[in-house]
Amino acid sequence: MTGVAETAAPARAANDEPPKKRLALVASKGTLDQAYPPLILASTAVSLGWEAGIYFTFYGLDILHQDRFNKLKVASLANPAGPIQLPNLLGAVPGATAAATKVMKRWMNDARMPEVAEFIDMSRELGVRFFACSTTMGVMGVDESDLIEGCDIAGAAAFLDYAAAADVQLFV
Amino acid sequence: MTQSPPTQREITPADSLDCSGLLCPLPVYKTALALGNLQPGEVLELITTDPGALEDIPAMARQRGDTVLASEDRGSSQRFLIEKGTQT
Repeated sequence: MTGVAETAAPARAANDEPPKKRLALVASKGTLDQAYPPLILASTAVSLGWEAGIYFTFYGLDILHQDRFNKLKVASLANPAGPIQLPNLLGAVPGATAAATKVMKRWMNDARMPEVAEFIDMSRELGVRFFACSTTMGVMGVDESDLIEGCDIAGAAAFLDYAAAADVQLFV
Repeated sequence: MTQSPPTQREITPADSLDCSGLLCPLPVYKTALALGNLQPGEVLELITTDPGALEDIPAMARQRGDTVLASEDRGSSQRFLIEKGTQT
């Protein structure tokens, strides 16, 4: 943990180079399928030479939870575009969520897409900043020690301070 | 000036990267890592099979400050020659 987030303007290199572009994302959902888009966008941004930060809030905080990020699931209920096509009545049957999750994982594996854990590692190695929403931690009883290493605990003001200096801001 | 423009000079890639079978964002991610090991002015040869790469690789080069010297659509695959810029 690095404690309080330092969210000033983008890093400015020496010798008058322009500041880096910045991507600021909000990850608000804690399902397997919705964990991918923010991690893909952030790892791409840093590959382009940008800075990138993701604010994990509400269910999205599960992506940073060390006991949960490897257990994210795909909803089988009320998910008409999901990997298994079930009427809602059957989508609620025990095992349906596990089945939908299994199919999604197989799709990803067959397409040689990294697992969420690998995307987290790739993103961190490239310098993507992970902001853990302090309100979510308080509301959902998540302790700092529950989170993966290298997160900045931040409230909305700190994230907006970071996002205000961003060129692209997206909510997932 | 005796130096030929890039399109006319003989290009010898300093490195080659095969991203066959990989989907976005992996070709961009791996290309960025490979370019990180090159010196400015050196050229990376890149092979991809993700049709999105035809747009993604030039976009990446534009953002990073590299130059796509050649972009070849071979139907089921794509081949690029990317010259590393001085900014990255």
